[in-house]
Amino acid sequence: MLRLSRNPGADTAIKLAAVACAMFAFVFVVMVPLYDVLCDALGINGKTSNVAYTAVPAAIDTSREIKIQFIATNNDGMPWGFRPQVTQLTVHPGAATDTIFYAENPTSLPMIAQAIPSVTPSRAAGYFHKTECFCFNQQPLEGLASTEMPLQFVVDQDLPKDIRTITLSYTLFDVTTMAGNTIAAR
Amino acid sequence: MGDHHHGPAKGLSRWLFTTNHKDIGTMYLWFSFAMFILGGTFAMIIRAELFQPGMQLVEPGFFNQMTTLHGLVMVFGAIMPSFVGLANWLIPMMIGAPDMALPRMNNWSFWILPPGFLMLASTLFMEGGAPAFGWTFYAPLSTTYAAPSVTFFIFAIHVLGISSIMGSINIIATIMNMRAPGMTYMKMPLFVWTWFITAFLLVAVMPVLAGAVTMMLMDIHFGTSFFSAAGGGDPVLFQHIFWFFGHPEVYIIILPAFGVVSQVIPAFSRKPLFGYASMVYATAAIAILSFVVWAHHMYTVGMPVAGELFFMYATMLIAVPTGVKVFNWVSTMWRGSLSFETPMLFSIGFLVLFTIGGFTGLMLSIAPADFQYHDTYFVVAHFHYVMVAGAVFSMTSAVYFWLPKWTGRMYNETMGKVHFWISFVGFNVTFFPQHFVGLAGMPRRVPDYALQFADFNMMSSIGAFVYGASQIMFLYNVIATIVSGEKVSDEQVWDGAEGLEWTLPTPAPYHTFEVPPKIEATPAHG
Repeated sequence: MLRLSRNPGADTAIKLAAVACAMFAFVFVVMVPLYDVLCDALGINGKTSNVAYTAVPAAIDTSREIKIQFIATNNDGMPWGFRPQVTQLTVHPGAATDTIFYAENPTSLPMIAQAIPSVTPSRAAGYFHKTECFCFNQQPLEGLASTEMPLQFVVDQDLPKDIRTITLSYTLFDVTTMAGNTIAAR
Repeated sequence: MGDHHHGPAKGLSRWLFTTNHKDIGTMYLWFSFAMFILGGTFAMIIRAELFQPGMQLVEPGFFNQMTTLHGLVMVFGAIMPSFVGLANWLIPMMIGAPDMALPRMNNWSFWILPPGFLMLASTLFMEGGAPAFGWTFYAPLSTTYAAPSVTFFIFAIHVLGISSIMGSINIIATIMNMRAPGMTYMKMPLFVWTWFITAFLLVAVMPVLAGAVTMMLMDIHFGTSFFSAAGGGDPVLFQHIFWFFGHPEVYIIILPAFGVVSQVIPAFSRKPLFGYASMVYATAAIAILSFVVWAHHMYTVGMPVAGELFFMYATMLIAVPTGVKVFNWVSTMWRGSLSFETPMLFSIGFLVLFTIGGFTGLMLSIAPADFQYHDTYFVVAHFHYVMVAGAVFSMTSAVYFWLPKWTGRMYNETMGKVHFWISFVGFNVTFFPQHFVGLAGMPRRVPDYALQFADFNMMSSIGAFVYGASQIMFLYNVIATIVSGEKVSDEQVWDGAEGLEWTLPTPAPYHTFEVPPKIEATPAHG
């Protein structure tokens, strides 16, 4: 066995201190990435992918109709107007569908927003593919300006048969002052 | 300084520079009692506010600071250091070692504690007040919405984490390297075994807590987004990291308490501990299982059903080794020649009340039922049954049990018994009604409540004042013992007590076992 000190007590202590340091590192290099990977892979927590889905050409399953509901929420303190163009759509699995969300900055200052998606039931998260989404990027908006933000999605043909309604919820966060964002007017 | 067999130095420097395990143990014990009084004062403020419905005494914001600091001070300042103090005093004496393996580190691990808690307490006087986000400090309450004093809170957690890690490294190094010849692992007293396992838990999970608060620090000051959804992080991640630390932490608190009870009950039953080996394995099993049950604290965050089921079954599994322990304690008493001195009373009180706390824990482990119990007073009642009637009763039992060996003087037995009965009744009057208000839906951490909870809350508050006041009697009894208690000259002190520490003169001399003792070939515990 490796001896790190002639004093056996100090030898044990050094090895245990190394274990403690390793556990500290474990939180950062294992627990955090592992949590993200697991949430992504299993769709836990209603988390859907943050990158565009590159669609595999597949047949449209016209035998099934899936109801898609849209919810737009502002995070605490976010002053923007934020709503979907339609609150509900009916789609066939496999068919690419487009819709629009409206955003409006009622303040006189330029701001940056970030939308975070969540899918309910969380079991459906892995079958709801966004091919284009305003949530992939931060959304800057001048003061008193408004914009239309596009969303394109496909519901996977392999969606479990018992799921007939999927709710897609966006929460809009104010990230104007977050690290890396600089707006002169602010 | 070549002199041998010197006594303690004189004056303040004795305590500042001491490397003697008994001095350091004494300081840990007094410090933790001071923290127990401080945390108790916070609890009295909480119970005074909850005496009647409506806002009576304090602002809601201050009430939240009280619940937060009460939890932090009791867990990290009172219970954990008290058991480290006990370990310092007893482990070298129990395994036949002259001192801890690393005496200077021992000094340091104690002396960084008071500044750490001074810093935590000083947040009360800062702008925005002390931390008010609960002792579990969930993000984003503790990041986005925290008072500026949160940075001092983070640094205090770092300091006391380092203290605990150093203390446990010392304990492991002592047990692995300093046992007297012939003191094999399976001959060690159970208190040494439980601390051995606890120390490994501490080395494994205190760094995880340090990681969690470091991430908070980075989110608050350096623009990272570990726990902020806007930047791609997740607040739920905080709960996973916290409870990955937090569940082993509750066993860190209770395992040394198991160890104490496993010393006291055989002594006053005048029988060896029943099932010594199974006690060791059960302790190890509890420690290992503690790493795979953390999410039972967060059933309501929206886990997949498979996750809920896994954590539910894993949690229920812990009842098996815990049941083994309770069975063994009861079997130790069975057909024993029982006597009911104060340490035994507190240990039996522990046994009965901890088992009640274990049963409510089983109720809480049932995921579908927990959706109703979550964050109610039922949870508060549950964890006070295991923390107070578990850890604190066991600690009190330990003080009465070993105080004559430490000081060479006997405490006042009548006052000790009165202390036990007032504590026992006061504790139950405080926390038993909280089961009912919890099941009826009263949420925890609120300064006001609906009228239908008024009677039970008043009972709770009266019980809390009684329990709190009885601790003053404890303090008086201990001081009176040290100053003017009846002298004990018998080495054994208790006729049924077994173990190396009882072979030493009474009071235990400043230096002990400079020559390792001879260990008998037959194990002391049947």
